[in-house]
Amino acid sequence: MSAGAPAAQARPFAALLAHALPGEPAWLAALRSRGRARFETLGLPGPGDEDWRQTNVRPLAGIPFALAGAAEASAADLSGPGIASALPVRFVLVNGRFDAGLSTRDGLAAGVSVSDLATALRTAPSEIEPHLGRIAPIDEAPFAALNTATFVDGALVRLGENVVSSEPIHILHLTVGSGAPAAVSSRTLVLAAPGSSAVVVETFAGSGSGPALTNAVTEIVLGAHARIEHVKVQAEPEETWHIGALAGHVARGGCLRSHNVSLGARLARNDIGARLDGEGAECVLYGLYLADGAQHVDNHTWLDHAKPHCPSWEVYKGVLAGRARAVFNGRIVVREGAQKTDAKQSNKNLILSEGATVHTRPQLEIHANDVKCTHGATIGRLDAAALFYLRSRGIGEAAARDLLIHAFADDILAKIPAAAVREALASALYGRLERDLAVRP
Amino acid sequence: MLKIESLRAAVHGTEILKGIDLSVRAGEVHAIMGPNGSGKSTLAQVLAGRESYEVTGGTVTLDGKDLLGMPPEDRAREGLFLAFQYPVEIPGVTNIYFLKAALNAIRKHRGEPEMDAIDFLAYVRERMKLVEMDESFLNRSVNEGFSGGEKKRNEIFQMAVLDPKLAILDETDSGLDIDALKIVAARAIVVVTHYQRLLDYIVPDRVHVLADGRIVRSGDRSLALELEKKGYAWLEEGVAG
Repeated sequence: MSAGAPAAQARPFAALLAHALPGEPAWLAALRSRGRARFETLGLPGPGDEDWRQTNVRPLAGIPFALAGAAEASAADLSGPGIASALPVRFVLVNGRFDAGLSTRDGLAAGVSVSDLATALRTAPSEIEPHLGRIAPIDEAPFAALNTATFVDGALVRLGENVVSSEPIHILHLTVGSGAPAAVSSRTLVLAAPGSSAVVVETFAGSGSGPALTNAVTEIVLGAHARIEHVKVQAEPEETWHIGALAGHVARGGCLRSHNVSLGARLARNDIGARLDGEGAECVLYGLYLADGAQHVDNHTWLDHAKPHCPSWEVYKGVLAGRARAVFNGRIVVREGAQKTDAKQSNKNLILSEGATVHTRPQLEIHANDVKCTHGATIGRLDAAALFYLRSRGIGEAAARDLLIHAFADDILAKIPAAAVREALASALYGRLERDLAVRP
Repeated sequence: MLKIESLRAAVHGTEILKGIDLSVRAGEVHAIMGPNGSGKSTLAQVLAGRESYEVTGGTVTLDGKDLLGMPPEDRAREGLFLAFQYPVEIPGVTNIYFLKAALNAIRKHRGEPEMDAIDFLAYVRERMKLVEMDESFLNRSVNEGFSGGEKKRNEIFQMAVLDPKLAILDETDSGLDIDALKIVAARAIVVVTHYQRLLDYIVPDRVHVLADGRIVRSGDRSLALELEKKGYAWLEEGVAG
């Protein structure tokens, strides 16, 4: 299909696009119309779009999505990947709307606040205006533009200067289906003042029935020497299309570490990255994706080295079975003058079946001459010698395969901050491995 | 205990073992010697069940049970242990986790209760002392970053933990402090080696010379000493003639 008829492509989402919150400030109305206009111009990406060559979202145009309404979620829906019960602080959004009944904010340290975006836009618009829609690249990314035009509510996390949040802040995005195709625009904004530090966990899960489109945008602003560890766990049902953007802006000496774990959804696309915009700013991107059956998982990462002396480190690992398809595209831009950039990127894939495929590509754009940029990618199968070694000691074939798959994934898992998160995630992950992946030859 | 009759095996269609007969009784130490490429390591791997070798004929039994019909894990559970010539590195799997999984799989097969973490740790510490291995190795990934000598020692340590009926040691001598070996008592041992050096420490009851996939000569320990003096050439000439 040619890219020549954007208006026609965008039409299926027309119902989503006529949205405004009551009493919104003028700047937000302007931002929303910019998002709407950009989406209408860009349209749904097709195979002709360089960033979407391997990921086909065209079927979305044929699904009559409407903006998901408010829905009732129950405590049972929280269990999801097991993280909700593991963490004392929990901010729950059901179909993109804050659910006070399911949320608890008791354990928050002084100087840390988590509030719903709809309310905060009324009470503290001046804090939000300088950042919302300015970190995520909404002018180039159709789904981020769509989210900007259509989000109803969301989460706002604020950390005061030099405040260290002792508890991880957990934002749980629940999509509750009612049978009809439902679109959810989830929005999160994290504002970390200079010197502050926190672990922010965002979990995406769903219940109910029917096709769903979860279109999430998270923007994180790190002041000088602020440190944010962001954990994203996507464990959505198999009828869900998950499109997620995470964009960070890191000031001098700040550090953003992202841990992106993708388990669910029929199609998952993540655009994750940060602009390193001050000397000594640092970004670490870890990713782990598991896919089997007909699942499609696409991780597009980007690192924008805008200033000198910034290190970035990136490791993405995937385990693929069945007819699953994985896409990894790692973009690193080193801008003019960003000398002494030190960027390392690695993507490793473990393939467990004949039918699974991986497309992996580094994309380096370097405009400075005194930099170090390295990248590497591997696609491999379970090591036959290692399998035999384990079996020769009495360990059964299925258990041996399982052990090797865990070993492959373990170093990414081990990096996840906060023991409670790591342990809950390990059991969710390994439960899934044992159920779906490990025993398949 | 171990009975090999007319064993033939091939890899990628090329026959490597061309009819091996060997009988090892409980308590015996047998040495299989031979030049490089004679099929020594192939024999060791075939006995352990490596799937890349195709058994083309013959039988192997361990205490009367058909070994060749079993997958590698069942051979191990029946009491066979192969100390690898080149132990495999397995990043991300700790030695202690690996050994506990292996020991409990074997115990389960024998109808014994699985060992819990506390009992296992006590047992494994005692075994470590036996082979003089540092406890820090327990929490390191299996063989990852180990020196050649450490890898060999780790093989012997695993053997000490799993307590097999029959141990096959494939070129275990290179780089090993052999004292450890003497302490670990399998109920029968087959040593596969190119040099007779190891046999100063593990004194064999029988020595067999493998050349071109066949046992061309068997004898007592003096055969090993003779081989050391004369090399293998005189035997190969004998076969050719």
